[in-house]
Amino acid sequence: MPTDFSSFLRGWLTVAIFGTLGLLLAGLLLGLSALVRPKRPTVEKSMAYESGVDPVGDGWSQSQIRYYIFALLFVMFDVEAVFIFPWATQLERYAGFGLVEMGVFVFVLLLGLVYAWRKGVLRWV
Amino acid sequence: MHLLLSPMQQTDKLISPSVNWGSLTPLLVLLGAGLVLLVGAALSARGWAKGLYATLTAAAAVAAGVLQFVLWNSTVHHGPKSLVGEALVVDGPSLFIGISICAALLLAALVTDDYLRREDIDSPEVYGLYLMAALGGLVMAASNDLIVLFLGLEVLSIALYVLAASHRKRIESQEAGLKYFILGGFSSAFFLYGVALVYGATGTTRLRGPESIKTALALTVETDKHRALLVVGVALLLVGLAFKVAAVPFHSWTPDVYQGAPTPVTGFMASAAKAAAFGALLRSVVLSMPELRDDWRPAIWVLAILTLVIGSTLAVVQTNVKRMLAYSSISHAGFILVGIEAAAHGGESGDRGIASVLFYVLTYAVLVSGTFAVSTLVGRSGDGAHGLDSYRGLGRQRPVLALALAVFLLAQAGVPLTSGFVAKFSVITAAADASSYAIAIIAMLAAVIGAFLYLRIIVSMFLEDGDAEGERVSIPFGTGAAIGISVAFTLVVGFFPGWLLELARDAATRLY
Repeated sequence: MPTDFSSFLRGWLTVAIFGTLGLLLAGLLLGLSALVRPKRPTVEKSMAYESGVDPVGDGWSQSQIRYYIFALLFVMFDVEAVFIFPWATQLERYAGFGLVEMGVFVFVLLLGLVYAWRKGVLRWV
Repeated sequence: MHLLLSPMQQTDKLISPSVNWGSLTPLLVLLGAGLVLLVGAALSARGWAKGLYATLTAAAAVAAGVLQFVLWNSTVHHGPKSLVGEALVVDGPSLFIGISICAALLLAALVTDDYLRREDIDSPEVYGLYLMAALGGLVMAASNDLIVLFLGLEVLSIALYVLAASHRKRIESQEAGLKYFILGGFSSAFFLYGVALVYGATGTTRLRGPESIKTALALTVETDKHRALLVVGVALLLVGLAFKVAAVPFHSWTPDVYQGAPTPVTGFMASAAKAAAFGALLRSVVLSMPELRDDWRPAIWVLAILTLVIGSTLAVVQTNVKRMLAYSSISHAGFILVGIEAAAHGGESGDRGIASVLFYVLTYAVLVSGTFAVSTLVGRSGDGAHGLDSYRGLGRQRPVLALALAVFLLAQAGVPLTSGFVAKFSVITAAADASSYAIAIIAMLAAVIGAFLYLRIIVSMFLEDGDAEGERVSIPFGTGAAIGISVAFTLVVGFFPGWLLELARDAATRLY
């Protein structure tokens, strides 16, 4: 048990060393340049795009709620497709039982679609 | 590899597990009712008649409960059995907890109907979510596979997150839903990681029966190599489930969520979700990993003591009654954990521990549903009047309601001739039988500290001068019926506990 566990830990030791080295290197470079460079901040310099278009509004802008509903519906049918695809490749093995099961699955998902449709989710307002 | 080489192999029929639909009927009834409710209400042009949603939900709860009684009788004659390729089991504990959840669902449906109409937010979705949550709870209590257990846990939890946020006009309700969702998501992740580690160590997710975690642990050849993985995995499983039952130190969400959620939903959370999570804890760790008990029993011990002490003491300093009841539900979880700790000893005293847990879960589910039903009424329109002041003078204004609440509170305090006393007594005797004297003594002390809080509400109702401001508390029929049922059950079990104790003992011995 101890050898097994320590070899398990040793595997992670590599990750730990790599992570520490990465942090050290990045910290060293950024810290060095912060020490060496002259520092004269202006309003223009601290804007997001110093040489680009001026930012408008602030970062917390609202996005349309309807996109979220479409995303939800997309996820629903995407997952359905993920399930149906492997099932379709092995349909002969699953035979009648598999057909009925998938029928039930699709039916329940369709109930969800019916619900969404009746609640007016599918209309672009 | 040779699968690819021989095409004959590929067209072999898959051997599907036998499903045994008859024993699945309680689950199917809840699922069917939920789907009919949601789709039927969405298809009808102007929604259903008033009260029909609640009636259907209550009918489904009763039907699922009755079906589980029928299954109970069949386990008496033919013994416990497993379903769907051993993914689910039908045995004593699963049916006992399942019936507790159905009772909680029935009471919640009765209370919620009046509540939603009072708040003018009547909609089928709340009932659909109740049914789904109960379905998830039943699956958790009956699961014989960690993945199936996780599935049940998620169905229960996701429904509860939305239910907590279901009062759209109250900002506190939204806040409760969001808090519960974020913290609950974390706990589900902990649980799932635990499942992965346990699977890594034992090579299976099945809990009991042939080729299961239990048999893998009994062999110990495989598992000794992966002991570290296994212990960490079990610890993570415990974290996930301790969050759901609101055991200290995983309780911090409870007061906020219980306070913010619509009051009938709070009652449902405290009863059904707790019952399901304790069923799952019993099944996943206590009954399936007895060989590992020296590793996880101390953890349960610490959880139980922390939960008892912190739950009872923090309850005393609250001024909001819903928060008080939240902390009191934490301390009740501590009492049930005392029973779990006793069950962990195995053998005969272990069986007594399981029986005491089952008994406690059922009586507490009814008790807390009744308590929150009264609290729903006292909350008045807007569901905001939950300070201790709002209960002042209730004894004069609504003597029967105040008396009912007094019965519930005395039962929660563990006063003799109520179900709460018998529950606390059986848990503490189980602990003493298992020679866990320290924990039994702490449980008794916690009961004494907790009694102060319940008496404080009773004093406020009956003895303090002055009337509560705001409208008069009205008692609609459904909520009244729910309170009546709960009071009757609490007193009947308090006066004649023998039959229920007998049933719980039966359930504990009839394990798959």
